[in-house]
Amino acid sequence: MAGKVVEFNDQNFESDAMKSDIPVLVDFWAVWCGPCKAIAPVLEEIANEYEGRVKVGKLDVDNNSKTAVQFGIRSIPTLLIMKNGTVVNQLVGAVPKDNIESLLNEVLLK
Amino acid sequence: MHKKVIIIGSGPAGFTAAIYAARANLEPHIFEGAQPGGQLTITTDVENYPGFPEGIMGPQLMDEFRSQAKRFGATCEFKSITKVDFSQRPFKLWSGDDEYTADAVIISTGASARLLGLDAEKELMGFGVSACATCDGFFYKDKKVLVVGGGDSALEEATFLTKFASDVGLVHRRDEFRGSQIMRDRALENPKVHVHWNSVVEDIIGTKETGVTSVMLKDTQSGEIREEKCDGIFMAIGHNPNTHLFVDQLEMDEAQYIITKPDSTYTSIDGVFACGDVQDTTYRQAITAAGSGCKAAIDAERWLESH
Repeated sequence: MAGKVVEFNDQNFESDAMKSDIPVLVDFWAVWCGPCKAIAPVLEEIANEYEGRVKVGKLDVDNNSKTAVQFGIRSIPTLLIMKNGTVVNQLVGAVPKDNIESLLNEVLLK
Repeated sequence: MHKKVIIIGSGPAGFTAAIYAARANLEPHIFEGAQPGGQLTITTDVENYPGFPEGIMGPQLMDEFRSQAKRFGATCEFKSITKVDFSQRPFKLWSGDDEYTADAVIISTGASARLLGLDAEKELMGFGVSACATCDGFFYKDKKVLVVGGGDSALEEATFLTKFASDVGLVHRRDEFRGSQIMRDRALENPKVHVHWNSVVEDIIGTKETGVTSVMLKDTQSGEIREEKCDGIFMAIGHNPNTHLFVDQLEMDEAQYIITKPDSTYTSIDGVFACGDVQDTTYRQAITAAGSGCKAAIDAERWLESH
């Protein structure tokens, strides 16, 4: 299996997401959230297609409220695109794959 | 890429059309769109879908629909159709730059939550403004929230939000609810729920940093404006059909619903069929959407046979 969706949590977020060498796509989700389930396969496809260029990870807001609060998450799914520890883009709701991809491509070009 | 049948949309109508079309060997291809599984994926318990006496979770029900369609050979893609050209056959459809052609098209793009249309609402979406209580209720533990609307969805969302919020205000522009008796009783009997009758939202106050802090409500009788403190506001004021793709190509009514020929799913263009909420101004239930999806697949099959 090629590019995989990694698990972020309150403990590893700093080291694995904030300090990542490549841009990061973080999916704030929870088991009880329908649209989160709906976009999960989309994120798996993206993790595959962008392997080595973008790190794709999910953070379960139920168990990792510290990180969710730190980024002011009030709605899920929320997708954050981060580069060098800063949020460059934020998408709220289950957005189409094309939208996510075009924002990722923008970040990769910079 | 050429397909015999392309289905746009993945709610109960789209997947039911896919099940029937796949069983008729039409190898349907489904574009799941922005909300895979459709509107039921943002609900919790579905209690009125026959065959599930104990109820079933909306997202789970849609997973079952999808599996059933795939079992008979339907293919699904997590992409949205962004442009169509129904002026010639085969019909042309695009997803971004990718072009597809199809002998027949079934439209089941459904409807999306209607918003009030305020600037602040757009600005603060995801920062205290929400159109999905089941997704976002969790973030309002012991907080005060408002729900705007007076139909079944508003009543259901208000009841659901009492699991988290300390106080749930229902903002309704009339002096009585449109929702069903069972949903009305459930909401009104809950001590955390109270109602702002004859009230409309004039503005939403807050910033991306603070989130929503209050809402300006206008009394529809006196015109008086008052400020209501709250941490979040949930929109449940109905739905608009997702038909912007088909403007100027298919006949629609004044509310932008696709018009289908009586007792069928035929649209104004031969070979293009519509089912589910996108053409239903009356019932808009999961079961009626599924029923019309079945009709669309049968209509498409018979039409393809004779062309």
